[in-house]
Amino acid sequence: MVESKQQWKAWLYLSPAIVLLLIFTVWPIINTVRMAFLNGYSGLAAVGGESFSFGIDNFKKVIEYKRFITCLKNTCVLCFVTVPLSTILALLVSVALNSIKPFQKVLQTIFFLPYVTNSIAIGMVFAAMFNIVGSAFGTPNQIIVTAGIVNNVIEFFGGTAVNWINSGSTHLANMTVMIIYIVWNALPFKILILLGGMQSINKQYYDAARVDGSTRRRIFARITVPLLSPMIAYVVITGFIGGFKEYTSIVGIFGADMGPAGAKGSMNTMVGFIYDALSSNSQGRASAAALILFGIILIATLINLWVSKKRVHY
Amino acid sequence: MADRVLMKEKNMEDVTAKSRVGVVVVKILTYVFLIIMAVIVLFPFYWMINSSLKTLEEYRWSVPSFWPQTVMFKNYLEAFTTASLGRLFVNTMIVGVVSTILSLIITVLSAFAFARLEFKGKNILFAGLLATMMIPGELFTITNYGTVTTFGWINTYTVLIVPFLVSVFYIYLLRQNFLQIPNELYLAAKVDGTSDLKYLWTVMIPLSLPTLISITILKMMGAWNSYIWPRLVANDEAHRLITNGLRNAFTATTGDVNYPVQMAAVALVSFPLFLVYIFLRKYIMKGVSRSGIKG
Repeated sequence: MVESKQQWKAWLYLSPAIVLLLIFTVWPIINTVRMAFLNGYSGLAAVGGESFSFGIDNFKKVIEYKRFITCLKNTCVLCFVTVPLSTILALLVSVALNSIKPFQKVLQTIFFLPYVTNSIAIGMVFAAMFNIVGSAFGTPNQIIVTAGIVNNVIEFFGGTAVNWINSGSTHLANMTVMIIYIVWNALPFKILILLGGMQSINKQYYDAARVDGSTRRRIFARITVPLLSPMIAYVVITGFIGGFKEYTSIVGIFGADMGPAGAKGSMNTMVGFIYDALSSNSQGRASAAALILFGIILIATLINLWVSKKRVHY
Repeated sequence: MADRVLMKEKNMEDVTAKSRVGVVVVKILTYVFLIIMAVIVLFPFYWMINSSLKTLEEYRWSVPSFWPQTVMFKNYLEAFTTASLGRLFVNTMIVGVVSTILSLIITVLSAFAFARLEFKGKNILFAGLLATMMIPGELFTITNYGTVTTFGWINTYTVLIVPFLVSVFYIYLLRQNFLQIPNELYLAAKVDGTSDLKYLWTVMIPLSLPTLISITILKMMGAWNSYIWPRLVANDEAHRLITNGLRNAFTATTGDVNYPVQMAAVALVSFPLFLVYIFLRKYIMKGVSRSGIKG
């Protein structure tokens, strides 16, 4: 009696979630696969009554597209540079934080602060810091008004100012700015997880090591890292997943043009490519690109899991 | 305890004068490293506030000043009107509050069904829900854009609220929390003739309040920071959200831009987040450390 009453009650409570999930999650999964395999599918043309043949043209078109290669390259560079860099930095900061007593809480609060910011808004601050304020900058009769605070610091230490993000800047300079911003943005989450992990390591391991007279470096390599490896694996995996979906931080610095003035789209990413295809009503191409992105994320995650299975110490 | 003290004393004896100096040096280096990192982390915020208070003329000085000579609070007023931040604040609050409330109701009911009720296919359904978390959101957006267009929802509040009401992750989080509450309490309440909803309201919700607060904060921050979807589906004056509005009002990022006003606008958008962080830090960190997702 109670059992059968629970049956319909459960479905009643679940109904709002299930209805919404069917419309906005389950149907999109099916539909994305469908659109991706209909040659040249376009939502606009479909409404007009056009029919599309089944095939893999969308995937071929996406891969042949030069813009797509640029996006893929940018995404991979950002991913493979920022994830290791931010993980190592976060590990160093966490170890340092874990080894001190006074000011630990204050510093911890400061290090988490970038997480609760708006990545578009703070991207604009980074743009201001790297910008060269000048009239007609990038032309022969340019007038530099202010070199920007980052360049001021470089000049203070005896270097020469770099054109970071203005018109005519190099791809390398653009990438450097993006990497700095993304690492700055990625640190807080990683520090939070790694420090939390370190604080839950049983103190007795360290006491035992100290009695044995182990050196600091040995303790770090033989105790901290192995016992922390599940957390390290976690931040690396989530870092890669997030890294392959990089988009808004670039909009923050370069604006919706996804590149410095005169080089529109040169900093575009996979997600940016999907939205470009969507806004030009090429849903077939957008779907194919989204499935490729999903495939890349899946493979990267599986590789990470496979590596961590061998290395992670549970 | 006594053992540990003894161990410490033994250690102290072992430590020679030389390595004691080493310990101090390491301590100092640790603090120096942490302080340098903290300065790097804080610098953009300082620079934002510093720039936002300068006159445009002072901002253009070839050697920048580290504190404004004439403090220009007027920039904030100008930023507020240029970006029509008032309208954007109101829009974002409407979307944030309504979607948080509805989302909490849906999450609580679903988590309750998964944690307390027995029904056919429960485990398969739950596993299926968790599997959808692996798929990148962009994959859904393509179809959802078409769906909301068909529904005629473009440029409405509905389109900003409804598609994101269900979060599988929050259901999962709350279900775990509900499972920790002993089932005997539920059965006792049933014997007393208490209805499910009353039991939820008087026992389960108070007991899982910290999780619900974390969800609320993350959901509100999500509305505040969302950019891609709002730009796609509600890019008109009446419904534009704050992040999109900020980016729209100041399209130029490089060159000779009126940076003080732009930075004032950025600061105005950032301050509410700082306030939330200062007062509700504990809940944010707890929610984030379990999810790893922004918003």
